Amino acid sequence: MLNSRIPDGPLAEKWTKYKSKVPLVSPANKRRLDVIVIGTGLAGASAASSMAEMGYNVKTFCFQDSPRRAHSIAAQGGINAAKNYQNDGDSVYRLFYDTIKGGDYRSREANVHRLAEVSSNIIDQCVAQGVPFAREYGGTLDNRSFGGVQVSRTFYARGQTGQQLLLGAYSALSRQIAKGNVTMYNRHEMLDIVVIDGKARGVIVRNLITGEYERHFGHAVVLATGGYGNVFYLSTNAMGSNVTAAWKAYKKGAMFGNPCFTQIHPTCIPVSGEYQSKLTLMSESLRNDGRIWVPNKKGDDRRPLDIPEDERDYYLERRYPAFGNLVPRDVASRAAKERCDTGFGVGPTKLAVYLDFKDAIKRLGQDVVSARYGNLFEMYEKITGDDPYTTPMRIYPAVHYTMGGLWVDYNLMTTVPGLFAIGECNFSDHGANRLGASALMQGLADGYFVLPYTIGEYLSNDIRTPTIPTDHEEFDKAEKDARDRNDRLLNNDGSRSVESLHRDLGHIMWENCGMARNEINLTSAISEIQSLKRDFWDKVSVPGRDDVLNPELEKAGRVADFIELGELMVRDALDRRESCGGHFREESQTEEGEAKRDDENFTFSSAWEYTGEETEPTRNKEELTFDTVQLTQRSYK
Amino acid sequence: MAEMNLTLKIWRQDGPNDPGGFKSYTVNGLNTHMSFLEMLDVLNEKLVNTGDEPVAFDHDCREGICGMCSMVINGRPHGPLEGTTTCQLHMRHFNDGDTVTIEPWRAKPFPILKDLIVDRTPFDRIIQAGGFVSVNTGSAPDGNAIPIGKEISDEAFDAAACIGCGACVAACKNASASLFVAAKISQLALLPQGQPEREERVVGMVKQMDDEGFGHCTNTGACEAECPKEISVDYIRKMNWEFHRANVKG
Repeated sequence: MLNSRIPDGPLAEKWTKYKSKVPLVSPANKRRLDVIVIGTGLAGASAASSMAEMGYNVKTFCFQDSPRRAHSIAAQGGINAAKNYQNDGDSVYRLFYDTIKGGDYRSREANVHRLAEVSSNIIDQCVAQGVPFAREYGGTLDNRSFGGVQVSRTFYARGQTGQQLLLGAYSALSRQIAKGNVTMYNRHEMLDIVVIDGKARGVIVRNLITGEYERHFGHAVVLATGGYGNVFYLSTNAMGSNVTAAWKAYKKGAMFGNPCFTQIHPTCIPVSGEYQSKLTLMSESLRNDGRIWVPNKKGDDRRPLDIPEDERDYYLERRYPAFGNLVPRDVASRAAKERCDTGFGVGPTKLAVYLDFKDAIKRLGQDVVSARYGNLFEMYEKITGDDPYTTPMRIYPAVHYTMGGLWVDYNLMTTVPGLFAIGECNFSDHGANRLGASALMQGLADGYFVLPYTIGEYLSNDIRTPTIPTDHEEFDKAEKDARDRNDRLLNNDGSRSVESLHRDLGHIMWENCGMARNEINLTSAISEIQSLKRDFWDKVSVPGRDDVLNPELEKAGRVADFIELGELMVRDALDRRESCGGHFREESQTEEGEAKRDDENFTFSSAWEYTGEETEPTRNKEELTFDTVQLTQRSYK
Repeated sequence: MAEMNLTLKIWRQDGPNDPGGFKSYTVNGLNTHMSFLEMLDVLNEKLVNTGDEPVAFDHDCREGICGMCSMVINGRPHGPLEGTTTCQLHMRHFNDGDTVTIEPWRAKPFPILKDLIVDRTPFDRIIQAGGFVSVNTGSAPDGNAIPIGKEISDEAFDAAACIGCGACVAACKNASASLFVAAKISQLALLPQGQPEREERVVGMVKQMDDEGFGHCTNTGACEAECPKEISVDYIRKMNWEFHRANVKG
């Protein structure tokens, strides 16, 4: 029943042919069509500005105080594009192939190929906006290699690539706001989708300053609301990143794709105590020159500098001689966990490994190391108080990105007609593991170059739909649901803070649905989460009122949704009895402890369908067919 | 890691039109590895547990890049550490027994919405008045068709590093937004992509800055001193030059 609407024809021609055949909407009709965009990160801002340029009426919403603050801004490393400026043999096909393989063969060939095709356009667009990418002395764009691929295809802007790309998209959005083509609503949070006669027709939002509930009609609704890593409580996501918009969509009929596919990034600053509110990523590029090790004696409490060379275990170099410290993220993360679980971890919590630059400084000199990593070393020192030039960094894996998300077809439309999902909030391009510098690429590909075309296929059939008045009963009902829920939260006579309940959820998720998963733990996690959900609604205490600015109320609604999502993630992890990418099932590993995929039984994407509060969700399958690449077991030995 | 106890004097204000005032709180058992915002999280959880309203403050990425956090700590925007946002400030820079005063940005164009949260939408409107290159999606030439020397590119980048937090305004006696506005004008004036709209951009953005009620530059450099991204006041000189150049060109 899932129709992924992949166009016919050879892989490399699908998108070109699609673009020349997709129905157009005339300028006169575009003026009459309203499109709602939720979220202003790379995907949302680029989609909103591009569609406004094309002539649609766009309304855009973000919960932050300005569209420029969306969490895309925190991306450090870079953005991939198959430009082959370095003349090192890169091509659209290679970028496509690396992405499919990196995703452990759990993504859709046609979508990934399209992503690789438009990657070049993204760089052109951003340069034209004035994004200050790194340059060579001759004035051309600089590239670096990233994430262990064999070509240099990553464009970057110091360690602030996400910031510069987002400010570019924000500037394009600002231009359209000034022209009156986009109406921007800052500090507004989407609380529900309005579905009329089976189609998405609007949203309920709450003005976070005044607390007012507002109704907005749209011929189509686009969610660009990011990932759900904060289900783990601690992650590298911004504090406000949440699943609420996507979760409401799920409950209104949009299926959720591969919810258990989570990326756990190997190089983050370790947790230092119970008070910790978030984790900070240290760019993957550090692994180009840093060496990862632990002592080879359990519980060795000596200072790292006092541990002689022959008592150190450079475990990545030992286990993976071919790739060493540059193995992909999922492999590096699991290896760190394995060392710490078996008692070799370091630091006060013993949940950390060393990332050491001693040899790099000896080989390259402190100046070169400082030129490459100075800003990262500075950030590390600000947070930990330790100086990485003289003492090894301590790092540990942390939740960073969610490959899963709303299931979408080739048009990026969910299973609710008229409801689209772009960027990290869809499940589309990264399969079971995302390669470095690919999240920015996908967000901007969807927003600048894919959705503005594909939405036309839907809207061209909708040109006769008049604006539906927002006093329609479905708007009444959706607004009432949103109000009732907030009233219930505020009037609950409980004793527990939202924060403490969120922390409990994070603990359950991290222990049972984190870097390693097994049947027994996942099964018990389902009942733990269900009991947490009851606790939440019995015991949560939310102070204040709903007709004023009330951050605690906002947080409560988001955590309530995270709890429900957590259960779905665990169900998905339980259902997928294979290891693939970031999803490691302990029952499915080789004798050497490496992940073992099961292509015979699991070459599909899971699409979970909501069936009601009291009933279990249904898992639908989208079978994945690989016409172009051959499935192989990943090996980094 | 040493434990510490603090007295906090925090500005509390219900809404834009309500009177505000300082309220004192004590927080005990803090840890020197906590960030400043985690210290406030501890206070807020304590307030929630006693049925009080937590202190409202803006924050999001907690990595020093989104520009959302905005507090004046002991009289200094983003606190005592140079080149650091509030979220990257850690408690090891305070002493056990300290009294710490926490206030919102104070500037007429940034009205207080609640407690430590202010309205910074004037910054958005200034960008809308010209802080962009008018290039529609799909109409860009190849990235390498626009060569830009590394020095120029680096200089533009230094300006582009602005996170739009508003500390420059909070630091300025005149509540001038000059550093914020100058950073964007300079970034685009330095780059070839910004040339076609160079004059109308500076005129439009400066006019919007004035219309929003920001004051004149004091030339004291307080903005640079407090800027968490250490953006140079030289860009203000450049903005002034750009402004006069545009007026001369008519």
